[in-house]
Amino acid sequence: MSPSAVGFREASARAVLDPALREAIRRVTDNLAVRRVQVTAELPHFDVLRDRAKRIKEHTLANLDRYLEQLEAAVRARGGHVHWARDAEEAAACVVRICREAGARRVAKSKSMVTEEVELNRALREAGIEPVETDLGEFVVQISGDRPSHLIAPIIHKRREDVAELFRRHLGTPADAPVPVLTAAARAHLRQAFLQADVGITGANFLVAETGTVVLVENEGNARMVTSLPRVHVAVAGIEKVLPRLADLAVFLPLLVRSATGQRLSAYVSLLTGPRGPGERDGPDVFHLVLVDNGRSRVLADPELREALECVRCSACLNVCPVYERAGGHAYGSVYSGPIGAVLTPALTGGRGLVDLPFASSLCGACRDVCPLRIDIPRMLVALRARAGQTAEARWERRAARVAAWLLCRPRLYRWASVAARVLEPVVRRVPVGALRRWARGRDLPRLSPTPFHRAARR
Amino acid sequence: MPDRPHRVAVFVTCLVDQFAPSVARGTLQVLERVGLRAEVPGGQACCGQPLLNDGFPDQAARLARRWVETFEPFDAVVAPSGSCVATVREFYPRVLAGSPWEGRARAVAQRTYELSEFLVRVLGVEDVGARFPHRVALHASCHQLRSLGAADCARAVLRRVADLELVDLAHPEACCGFGGVFSVKFPEVSEAMLRDKLQDARSTTAEVLVSTDLGCLLHLAGGLNRQGVRLRCLHLAEVLGGS
Repeated sequence: MSPSAVGFREASARAVLDPALREAIRRVTDNLAVRRVQVTAELPHFDVLRDRAKRIKEHTLANLDRYLEQLEAAVRARGGHVHWARDAEEAAACVVRICREAGARRVAKSKSMVTEEVELNRALREAGIEPVETDLGEFVVQISGDRPSHLIAPIIHKRREDVAELFRRHLGTPADAPVPVLTAAARAHLRQAFLQADVGITGANFLVAETGTVVLVENEGNARMVTSLPRVHVAVAGIEKVLPRLADLAVFLPLLVRSATGQRLSAYVSLLTGPRGPGERDGPDVFHLVLVDNGRSRVLADPELREALECVRCSACLNVCPVYERAGGHAYGSVYSGPIGAVLTPALTGGRGLVDLPFASSLCGACRDVCPLRIDIPRMLVALRARAGQTAEARWERRAARVAAWLLCRPRLYRWASVAARVLEPVVRRVPVGALRRWARGRDLPRLSPTPFHRAARR
Repeated sequence: MPDRPHRVAVFVTCLVDQFAPSVARGTLQVLERVGLRAEVPGGQACCGQPLLNDGFPDQAARLARRWVETFEPFDAVVAPSGSCVATVREFYPRVLAGSPWEGRARAVAQRTYELSEFLVRVLGVEDVGARFPHRVALHASCHQLRSLGAADCARAVLRRVADLELVDLAHPEACCGFGGVFSVKFPEVSEAMLRDKLQDARSTTAEVLVSTDLGCLLHLAGGLNRQGVRLRCLHLAEVLGGS
């Protein structure tokens, strides 16, 4: 995860001034959110699926070591190779090594957040290997030197005209090309990437411990190309992606797809189990699975934040979040944005973004309502705020909080303070400072009532 | 439906105490009209939510213990705030976890209600005999809506107010952008949310914007005043208490 150049305050303040950005985000997220409501409502047992998925995830995480070992054994039994990466550097180095050993010059990638997390493309380029993103959105991100700003719609922040201009420069399409012409140009360009790639790199939506299967959910067919044309397939996945049984997909596939894109099922679901076997016509010669920890063990050991590992990256929480909609994904300064990103980033990194991300929420709870796993994001944001409250940056607020609690626990003092507040109010209203000033920049300060209720009640 | 409680306490909440005593009076009037003489226990102040959300659960726990002590003698506690009730219900057991206070907090939290929730779900009363001849839009606060799941209670009692015309917001579920510390840490995003909420309210024919939470109302009114818009903001208890 690359560090953010500016904090959330500055980045979000800038984003708020960009109505085109807001409109671009809203068009997509509203559409996704509306479709999610439609297709989840049509499944009468959707909430049953949610409850079952929750139990499966809780059980799997509680026994993660066992299921990971089972997964490793199953992948090996099918002729695949399994690698363990402690952190981002190890993960990227591992993939680079696999590519080097395969003699790869070019690799084709399908969409994967964990490879963004470990900054795989940078490591590949530094090793002289050229990665080509083949998901249309990620392709645009790559040729514009940008970063994804949404879990499943990486270029949600871009307008059609931005993409047309990029394609004009990179693919030679006319400046006024309509969308079908643009996609056709990308298609022709990416076809070459599939054919020329020595190694195909994917993420994984799920890993099945019982069978050693990598499950990929997509709509463009590029992941299928990436896993069938190159000689070598490398799947990179966080260790929390494992599910115990193949049958668990019957629970998780509908939950993920309906919550993510609002489809009943994605155009493609690939279940890949090991390399091409004897007598099989499709598939790579060699299959590698890279299991990435990069902070996940620490989150697993953290009772307050463990629930974050249940996330299936569907983005439903982003699509209903009023803060995400206005701040945009880049403001979060991490590959994981929106409500779950505000939890995942400090959780996975052991504290990056701790002083602002947990506060980047009005705690409205819309995220928790739509999460297919019912992940209690507001609870975790509040838990992270408590950790932020222990940092050196918060020492003055900490003192103020102690004084406030002391005062509020003493009725007589509270009554005196109420009188004092009314004496000071005219001054404070004229020259508001600190939090009051930040409130007053766009909103009138509320007026204290001349007499507080407790005084009237005592009379 | 739970038994009709005998001893009912009103938790005024610190915002109501300091900014809008009429909300507390309205609450007491409504309860009296449905035949309950509620008490206002002395020594109450704040539930601790601001301290908790600022990142100081230990300090919030001090207020939580005091709150539990103050209110546990009663059969029911009623507060004119979905947000404060959500704090008591969702967060008290957590900030007091691992101490004998946890059980006491759970017990009293079980009989703590937001006003409209208490009327509808405990007493089974929707019509409190109020009259309010205005067009009203309801902004269900996020806590009322999602933590308590009781936005329908506020709507139900408003529907039964004589001469009141309830107008729908286009996005009744959208947050107003207050969120306590959020509104001052990230004022730009908070104001952007507020502008949209106010735009929604202004594009209706509503004369009065009503909510179950004073935090939202102070935020909404602050925005309206700044915009110079004459749209009144009133708490549900003020609407129900008036006649």
